[in-house]
Amino acid sequence: MTVIDELRTLSEKTGRRDKSSAAAKEERAAYLLLLPWIIGLVGVTAGPMLVSLYIAFTDYNLIQAPHWTGLHNISRMLSDPRLHNSLRVTFEYVVVSVPIQLIVALALAMLLDKGLRGLPLYRSVYYLPSLLGGSVAVAVLWRQIFGDHGLVNQLLGHLGIENAPAWVSDPSTALGTLIVLNVWTFGAPMVIFLAGLRQIPAIYYEAAKVDGASKWRQLRSITLPLLSPIIFFNLVLQIIHAFQAFTQAFVVSSGTGGPSDSTMFYTLYLYQVGFNNFQMGYAAAMAWLLLLIVAALTALNFYAARFWVFYDN
Amino acid sequence: MTISSTRTAHTVSQRRETPRSSTRRLKTARGFGRHCALIALAIVMLYPLLWMLASSFRSSDDIFRLSGILVTHFKTGNYGKGWNGLKFPFGLYLINSAIIAAGAIAGNLISCSMAAYAFARLRFRFKRTLFAIMLITIMLPMHVVIVPQYILFSRMGWLNTFLPLIVPKFLATDAFFVFLMVQFIRGIPRELDDAARLDGCGYFRTFTRVILPLMKPALATTAIFTFVWTWNDFFSQLIYLTAPNVYSVPVALRSFVDANGDTSWGPLFAMSVVALLPVFAAFLFGQRFLTRGISTTGIK
Repeated sequence: MTVIDELRTLSEKTGRRDKSSAAAKEERAAYLLLLPWIIGLVGVTAGPMLVSLYIAFTDYNLIQAPHWTGLHNISRMLSDPRLHNSLRVTFEYVVVSVPIQLIVALALAMLLDKGLRGLPLYRSVYYLPSLLGGSVAVAVLWRQIFGDHGLVNQLLGHLGIENAPAWVSDPSTALGTLIVLNVWTFGAPMVIFLAGLRQIPAIYYEAAKVDGASKWRQLRSITLPLLSPIIFFNLVLQIIHAFQAFTQAFVVSSGTGGPSDSTMFYTLYLYQVGFNNFQMGYAAAMAWLLLLIVAALTALNFYAARFWVFYDN
Repeated sequence: MTISSTRTAHTVSQRRETPRSSTRRLKTARGFGRHCALIALAIVMLYPLLWMLASSFRSSDDIFRLSGILVTHFKTGNYGKGWNGLKFPFGLYLINSAIIAAGAIAGNLISCSMAAYAFARLRFRFKRTLFAIMLITIMLPMHVVIVPQYILFSRMGWLNTFLPLIVPKFLATDAFFVFLMVQFIRGIPRELDDAARLDGCGYFRTFTRVILPLMKPALATTAIFTFVWTWNDFFSQLIYLTAPNVYSVPVALRSFVDANGDTSWGPLFAMSVVALLPVFAAFLFGQRFLTRGISTTGIK
């Protein structure tokens, strides 16, 4: 160990002496290893994004060459009621489902944390829906169980409730079923919370107990502050994730976003504009708006974090 | 023997310190209550899945009548009907999905580990900038690049092939895995690199002979997550795969829904179960890597 340490400082010294050749060699190796990633970044991510910025100002149907229309797509966005509706639906989905999902995840993580017997089993069972929740198969299932004669209404019937709504085909409840689906996948943030709780030194709680702090006080003064970076992390991630919800709404509504556009997520509308109507110019403009919204929300999150996220240095 | 001895110990302590043991009893009662609540929640969460499994063995009429999950008369007819319910047998869609998943896994393992090694270990110009860009692309919504990518790949004549779904993975576009691997490599002692260097290994041999074998857990996590995500991925497969012979499982399921509406739930459930089984298998065998992967990077 010490020999290696010695040699390491030696090699660093020699490295400094002929810095030019050794450093150049290292740099060449680094860029060779990074080459696929750089090609991907330029060719598949950043390059096409810049191209789409241009396309956003054109009329383009994939067959004829893009036709410059200036700010037309932007003015169309300003006066497109379906776009406004899709933004409203998506915001409602994010604002309702993300906090509920995270609160459930945090509550269960705290219930599971305290050396509970069978913890790995519970953790696995609760996590399973997170893996399956994004699939078409589960969306198919949701379509049935929240259908007019689906499982939920069967069970409600057993309880004597006969006039339950038709959930997925009722505009006032359709979005709610998708929110339930998102909350159902609380397992992934829960696992992250569990890992975070594991990091909090037990000695803090012991000290608090000696001082006679109540459970509630321990939660407020120890658990939440020390967990706040993880809560923040989950919040940022889940908001970005929820903004991209697509599959569930697409399958449940057969791609229409119905009933009466009540499940018309932003991405679903983007899909219809781009890949049903092939209005690539307008779709590109919408994609950029999505990027700006997600970036703005993330920036807002980071700004707000200063006031509630606690970093223990 | 042990039970009785602990019991006597318990009664002794009870006699001696009544208040303390009563709190202990309260605690076990509370623990029992907690377990009951957790089990109840687990049942509620899994019930829809179990019910779908049960319903896949029932007639379509029974699906709308029976809300229980115990099947008394197994009918496997749904599986045959579903398997042949579309233009091609469902096996073809399974194979297509498997090809896409295998390509994506190979691509992610190779390209992400290469980039991760460079970011974690080597010094080079613009490292901080590039690393920052890499972190930002993790948070980039996939729909932002899907329109331009579609234009690009359609121009290259790649529609209705698996290339748009596989080739980008060989270019490390799933940056989460680069990050995951960077985190992992940082935990590998640098002394091992140095020892390899002393033995005359260059950077590439150090990477392939020392780092790669040591980062097997991170590679396993990447492989499993890539499998699950690719298997479940719908949006990109929906836009790139429009000819029935290249349909993947999710796209095939969706066209099944469209073709039959809400009429043949039995076969639809049967094929949904078939579609979920590989993910469930990945979950059973890869749990360890999955939970570890989520805890270190917070990916879903």
